[in-house]
Amino acid sequence: MTATIVKFYQTGTHTVGNRLLDPEHRSVQADMRRTNSLNSGHRACQGCGEALGARYAIDAAMQATDNQLIAANATGCLEVFSTPYPETSWQIPWIHSLFGNTAAVATGIAAALRVKGRTEVRVVAQGGDGGTTDIGFGCLSGMFERNDDVLYICYDNEAYMNTGVQRSSATPGAARTATTPAVGAAPGNVFGQGKNLPLIAMAHEIPYVATAIVSELRDLEAKVKRAMEIRGARYIHIFVPCPLGWGTASNQTIHIARLAKETGVFPVIAAEHGELTKVSKIRKQLPVEDYLKPQRRFAHLFSPTPNLAAIAHIQALADRNIRRFGLIDAAPVGAAAGAGDN
Amino acid sequence: MLKQCEGSHAVAATVALCRPEVICAYPISPQTHIVEGLSEMVRDGTLQNCEFINVESEFAAMSVAIGSSATGARSYTATASQGLLFMAEAVWNASGLGLPIVMTLANRAIGAPINIWNDHTDAMSMRDAGWLQLFAENNQEAADLHIQAFRLAEELSLPIMVCMDGFILTHAYEGVDIPTQAQVDAYLPPYEPRQVLDPREPVSIGAMVGPEAFTEVRYLAHAKQMQALKLIPQLAEEFQAQFGRDSGGLIRTYRTEDAETVVVALGSVLGTIKNTIDDLREEGRKIGVLGITSFRPFPTAAIGEAVRYCERVVVVEKSFAVGVGGIVSRDVRTAMREHPHPIYAVIAGLGGRAITKDSLRQLFLTVMDDKLEALTFLDLDWNAVNRELERERITRRSGPIAENLLRDLGVVAARVG
Ligand SMILES: Cc1ncc(C[n+]2csc(CCOP(=O)(O)OP(=O)(O)O)c2C)c(N)n1
Ligand code: SF4
Ligand SMILES: [Mg+2]
Repeated sequence: MTATIVKFYQTGTHTVGNRLLDPEHRSVQADMRRTNSLNSGHRACQGCGEALGARYAIDAAMQATDNQLIAANATGCLEVFSTPYPETSWQIPWIHSLFGNTAAVATGIAAALRVKGRTEVRVVAQGGDGGTTDIGFGCLSGMFERNDDVLYICYDNEAYMNTGVQRSSATPGAARTATTPAVGAAPGNVFGQGKNLPLIAMAHEIPYVATAIVSELRDLEAKVKRAMEIRGARYIHIFVPCPLGWGTASNQTIHIARLAKETGVFPVIAAEHGELTKVSKIRKQLPVEDYLKPQRRFAHLFSPTPNLAAIAHIQALADRNIRRFGLIDAAPVGAAAGAGDN
Repeated sequence: MLKQCEGSHAVAATVALCRPEVICAYPISPQTHIVEGLSEMVRDGTLQNCEFINVESEFAAMSVAIGSSATGARSYTATASQGLLFMAEAVWNASGLGLPIVMTLANRAIGAPINIWNDHTDAMSMRDAGWLQLFAENNQEAADLHIQAFRLAEELSLPIMVCMDGFILTHAYEGVDIPTQAQVDAYLPPYEPRQVLDPREPVSIGAMVGPEAFTEVRYLAHAKQMQALKLIPQLAEEFQAQFGRDSGGLIRTYRTEDAETVVVALGSVLGTIKNTIDDLREEGRKIGVLGITSFRPFPTAAIGEAVRYCERVVVVEKSFAVGVGGIVSRDVRTAMREHPHPIYAVIAGLGGRAITKDSLRQLFLTVMDDKLEALTFLDLDWNAVNRELERERITRRSGPIAENLLRDLGVVAARVG
């Protein structure tokens, strides 16, 4: 079959269209030989950010490894929507063991490959935020600490979606979940809790840590590619909006993700051996209200009366991200200087 | 070659001869010497082509073994007690996925109260987890069972726990015949997996299964264990041909042929029981013992046959189901359905309490007069128990039970680890 090079490009964004790029810089998804590792036909909700993120991440990892890839998957939406018996969407060798042990399973796979001399085959572990920051944290930290040759990808949709949107340690303050309902004096999730896993990963001083977001898919692909150039423990934390859990329109996933980045709510960075190496700058800083308003999980912040204190708190956290990672070159507009974080 | 060595070292040396490719372990007494021995052999090159991974928990140990086994590597780990409970979810997962992992269980009590000494509560807590469970009577058998276990696990594609009594065996020095590499290689072929993660032939392992096939998957696990009932004696026979030693098998009987009373037990206590029985035989008492080597699969038919002509069965067990009674005895009872003689459960040796010949002799004499209760706790200190019950009756804030008992007995808590 003769291949025709198809050029995909986005409009209305600041990204450069594929046709203007050198072939090696073009999106993996624009390549006829993309592997469709997570094939179509799976049962994710319409507009699922996790499905999108996984598709891009795993296809990019496949390209980077010449299709020599094995994946271990935690229990969660990605696992459930991709493999209801007797079907599977995975075109790659794939294993699901448990909710909290994925990093360790991946360590075992890597060990087996090493002992068998099949070091060309690489290993990806993947899970949701709950499977990563909470129940799988012990195994993940162990895998980091031993510097096992595994790329761990966390798809962060900020709650336990598969079980019906309960709070995880990645759920942001004020967000409504099934276990942090929007009732009482301080509706939604409490402020001052939760953990920042990319920073925790950096503190392990592993070779590579990055965050990515589904509105910047080529950056995501590039980070996966970079990760696959490195041996040892690597971690990529991908921000993936969940229309069902967040109460957003299914055609707004990319838009919501972009707002998370442009408000400073989610910093997009990379670090090697614990040191920051790359920061995706905010192009035009937006107030956090723009990000919060389209999401029903934050609706109680705006009606019946606006919860200005909570909004200011979220703004202060975004501003701290901007300061901490240097997300904009100038000082943040309208930022409450020195505002406390928690 | 006959070697005077610690049980743990005999097991480590034998496991190394089985050419494991991935070993992962987390320390817990009394398993530590086994994995220490293996880590040294990997380090000094005695054991080649093997990855030794120091993991951060038993849950990770079993999970690493799941990953490596699913990638086609012969995988081994060892644990005990709290460690087994900590890995419980992964224990079930390994058998559910049909991964032939071999694990040594250095049997130890489960807390609270924390106790490092031997009993069988850990093994019994996982008796329904889908693993095969083989119990060693002595260190030679502990070593030999590992060779058979790798072979059996891989033929069935099911995981196996080799249970050996903590301290009583793991830390005991005995003469053990450690086979040669050539002997083991002749008996144990390289691992040929039924399922393997490999980009050359991608498969999805561990997919979600609903009501439409779940029963069938579970039944197949049972069917494979039933196959093991045939395979275990066969492999023991082959083992004898190869190594010249009678090791393994489903059950082992001693002086049961004309026995009116048959004692049933698992593990190292069988030695003391045999000695006691020898004495009683000399006095003309018709008593014998049946040791269960394969507790899972449970050799229902073989046990039923072995106790068919006796008059009573007494099961000496090192664990019990709180609120019910004996565990092993309940399974033995199902084996006696056709010939329902009286059966007595005797709970003994919990948390390392010595099971003495004197106590056993007294017990057997009582049972032979049919004067035993259906459930008995051997050498139970009724004074201590009654004092605590009384204390709880009269005082609401009666305090922590274990500490109360120790105070009453005038001893301090043993070293924990
Ligand atoms: C040990 C254990 N506890 C709880 C569960 C139930 N459970 C399955 S998936 C899931 C939520 C997954 O959340 P997350 O990891 O964030 O992934 P998501 O579904 O949001 O993508 C939970 C709680 C389980 N399967 N195993
Ligand atoms: S609930 Fe959310 S994460 Fe799960 S499939 Fe639907 S959109 Fe995706
Ligand atoms: Mg989630």
